[in-house]
Amino acid sequence: MTTTVGVVVFPGTNCEMDALVAVEHIGGTGRLLWHADDDLAGVDAVILPGGFAHGDYLRPGAIARFSPMMAAVVSFASDGGPVVGICNGFQILTEVGLLPGALQKNQGLKFLCKPTLLRVESTDSVITAQTSVGVELLVPINHFEGNYTCDSETLTRLRDEDRIVLRYVDNPNGSVDDIAGVCNEGRNVVGLMPHPERACDELLGSADGAILVRSLLNAV
Amino acid sequence: MIYDVLVEVRLRAGIADPAGATIERALPSLGYDGVAAVTVGKTVRFTIEARDEVDAKIRSEELCVSFLTNPVIEDATLSVTPVDGVSGLDA
Repeated sequence: MTTTVGVVVFPGTNCEMDALVAVEHIGGTGRLLWHADDDLAGVDAVILPGGFAHGDYLRPGAIARFSPMMAAVVSFASDGGPVVGICNGFQILTEVGLLPGALQKNQGLKFLCKPTLLRVESTDSVITAQTSVGVELLVPINHFEGNYTCDSETLTRLRDEDRIVLRYVDNPNGSVDDIAGVCNEGRNVVGLMPHPERACDELLGSADGAILVRSLLNAV
Repeated sequence: MIYDVLVEVRLRAGIADPAGATIERALPSLGYDGVAAVTVGKTVRFTIEARDEVDAKIRSEELCVSFLTNPVIEDATLSVTPVDGVSGLDA
């Protein structure tokens, strides 16, 4: 039995096929899920892909959070189901309250689209279980609002609980404590700004993201 | 009664405001000296049907906290005025 990963599509999502192809490239089965439906159709894991859900109007993720599918995702996550939010998906996860903090405009006010080096900081999450702490991965970023921020108490808690999963080696956007990805208390929900699904084959310039997708497929 | 609501959304104190900082840095080169504390936010306007002004304020504040702002990084101030210009509390 292969792992079936549901990829949620909102109006304005634009990375759903990248995620779907990456999942299938690594050996899983991908299934697109429409945001207005309220049934996860029995998938084993969920990816909230990148893009501009609902045009990013008001704030990225602010409107997507109210989609019927998100109620199903929150319930799935509460039961321990693996959920990964990539880029816009990370923003949605913070807006819906599954992850702490918020993503604000990049420090330099530039839209950033380039390969970045990430360092694995914890292997205790659904996307890093098959890596090792300290491993560096070349994975692209593609965002304007990827500057992770949270209050100091939250930051202390994230550090103490080993919930900072990935850090930038060379911080591109001003994120507090070089944070590129965090997980929830249950470690089954992860949000990250970089796009591992775009780095799953050497033809794309890097295959370093494959280990993260593979970890997700094996987290089930 | 119908009320006009004006919501001003601002970044909370202590949250970096790169847009405000960029504008502030550009001002001297445009000949505007002595301008400081530039911040960039957004405004949202809507009308709301409510029993009275207090009801309109309470419901608008709920809307601000639950949707119009992200309380992690943003604050909002509201002003509520009756569409016909007569205070709902006094009417």
